[in-house]
Amino acid sequence: MALLLIAFPLLMALAAFLVDSSRLRARMLPVAGTLHLVLLLVALRHWDALPAGAWLGLDALGAWVLLVISVLFCICAFYAPSYLVLRADRDSRIFCVSLLAFLGLASLLAQARHPGVAWVAMEATTLVTAPLVYFNRNRHSLEATWKYLLIGSVGIALALLGTLFLAYAAHFGGLEEPLHYTRLMEHADLLSRPWLRAAFVLCLVGYGTKMGLAPLHTWKPDAYGESPGIVGALLASGVTSCAFLALLRIYGVMVAAGEVRFAQELLVGFGMLSMAWAMVFLVRQMDFKRMLAYSSVEHMGILVFGVGIGGVAARFALFHLAANALVKTVLFLAAGNIHRSYSSKTLPQVTGAIRRTPVSGWLFLLGFLAITGLPPFAPFISEFNIAAGAITGGHLLAGVAFLVLLAGIFIAMSETVLQVVFGTPSPQRVRTPYSDTVATTAPLVAALGLAALLGVWLPRPMFKLLEQAAVSVNGSMAPMEVRVGPRPAPVLTVEVSHD
Amino acid sequence: MSPDLLIALTILSNFVLVATSRVNKAIQIAVVQGILLGLIPLAMGLGRHPHILLMVAATIAVKGWLIPFLLRRALREVHIPREVDPYVGYTVSLMLCALGTGLSLILAHMLPLKGGTKEILLVPAALSTLFTGFLMLVSRRKALTQVVGYLILENGIYLFGLLLVEDMPLLVETGILLDLFVGVFVMGIVINHIRTAFDSTDTRHLAELRD
Repeated sequence: MALLLIAFPLLMALAAFLVDSSRLRARMLPVAGTLHLVLLLVALRHWDALPAGAWLGLDALGAWVLLVISVLFCICAFYAPSYLVLRADRDSRIFCVSLLAFLGLASLLAQARHPGVAWVAMEATTLVTAPLVYFNRNRHSLEATWKYLLIGSVGIALALLGTLFLAYAAHFGGLEEPLHYTRLMEHADLLSRPWLRAAFVLCLVGYGTKMGLAPLHTWKPDAYGESPGIVGALLASGVTSCAFLALLRIYGVMVAAGEVRFAQELLVGFGMLSMAWAMVFLVRQMDFKRMLAYSSVEHMGILVFGVGIGGVAARFALFHLAANALVKTVLFLAAGNIHRSYSSKTLPQVTGAIRRTPVSGWLFLLGFLAITGLPPFAPFISEFNIAAGAITGGHLLAGVAFLVLLAGIFIAMSETVLQVVFGTPSPQRVRTPYSDTVATTAPLVAALGLAALLGVWLPRPMFKLLEQAAVSVNGSMAPMEVRVGPRPAPVLTVEVSHD
Repeated sequence: MSPDLLIALTILSNFVLVATSRVNKAIQIAVVQGILLGLIPLAMGLGRHPHILLMVAATIAVKGWLIPFLLRRALREVHIPREVDPYVGYTVSLMLCALGTGLSLILAHMLPLKGGTKEILLVPAALSTLFTGFLMLVSRRKALTQVVGYLILENGIYLFGLLLVEDMPLLVETGILLDLFVGVFVMGIVINHIRTAFDSTDTRHLAELRD
């Protein structure tokens, strides 16, 4: 099953490469997305304990992240055919192949039980998504692709060095190949502390670059701003989730080794910095796609902040991964529609979207309200609980700063969003033939509906999955423990039974 | 030849690299460094493992021939002025490189090495080379020189990998080779596109997106 989840999208990518009809190629995307999701759900249904020495396999954390990516891919895949019809002037071959290859590699990353394999998968996702950023083939998209590749490759190189440091930490302690995560966590007390710490810092910087944590996010506004909305959605919720997972894996080793204080301080620091940095650049942001990119920087900050606080906040950080992915997808796709309708993405030109593209305008507005924490949408639950976790967990100052930053970001974003949605139509706007259709809006409505549903109800199996995923991040069920010195390593609890 | 000598020569080549003003020469030095790196495992006496010999051959072929070939071809076709036109001057770069090397020695001193390790210079050399690569990446304007910087950064990782290669060959070898080859290959493609779009590989053209 593990192999099938990886091989199926890759085979579909190969098929998409060979197929000549662009209509058929576009149709393959929703089929592949749906089947991948079904496969994943079947795999979760027949979940088995992970063999200790397996190179590939789903644990709770990997399953949760892959579920998020698979759902998000499905939404994007249903949107893609109608988008590709609008962009019939572009060759869709590379576009479809890259999308499908990304899904396969994300499945590889989620199931990788070895830091080296995870690193290879992360590198490969960077490479296959680069052509997506260059889809528009103009000067700006070229600049964005160059930055994306160069900064991404440097980040990934640092992560490789971090992985090698981790290997040396194990080697120093007498652990030899193969270094599966499970083994590393079981024998975490053997690892050499200075090397492990250095490895974590390098991986945080490396994978943090791929996530887009400030100050390593500089590729992000360009890449998201210059690529189509659907690519932005995939990058902002898919690729970043992959990088976050890779980071959580080594964080898990840190927790098992009792170095949790050191790691948490770094994560909280990076999280706050990202949120603050994003807020500064969100003020008076005239380009609404770049605005979404900075919002993504902010939410990556929220994720690592939550994990850094630990306990309940870490669990809701994992929940926020899903919440953010769903709502970001809505926002990017709606922004893409508005961009298409106005053939511009900057403010004086784009105003009054609610009149020209009513559905996309409303979705953009609701998406904005959802992402900034309006109940009943899912991000409210996660943001509220992360703040609550920080305040009750003894991080009073950090918790208050977190809330202040959220409020500031709401105000900063609302200025841009309200003008885009409600502003008086500008006289110099361009007429384009685009208008909202069912095909370009229904996937967005579904995603927003899902985000609202998650805000009020989480199905029981999903809740259990989330809880187990949180265990592998926190090390144990007990929230807010501060541990000093080595202690028995937690074993990944993968339960066989499902009720 | 003793491995220490080769490692010292590698560090020396870093200094030459940051002080050079010609793209052509920078590529040449990268070639020299690539070959030096290829020879270090042999000098360390690792030549008895066939898989390490394979890695050495691949390293020398890719770093010493293939990538320089791609870079030189791009250089020939673009007709860019051969002078590197850096954000940070050469003297300052040289001083920063020296500072970085010094810091690498201090940092490496703080990381314990497993008892019986003979090549104690590998870690500081790795960190110093990594730093040089970074310096090139952020202080140079031409896309080509930035790729050379990225190459040097990778060399630093390779140097560190040598510390582990005998004990964890699988992780180190696949990681290093894959990273290097694919990364530069794709950058080669992007450089090609930049060339056709701007008729020059100056990344100053790539500075229109900003807030």
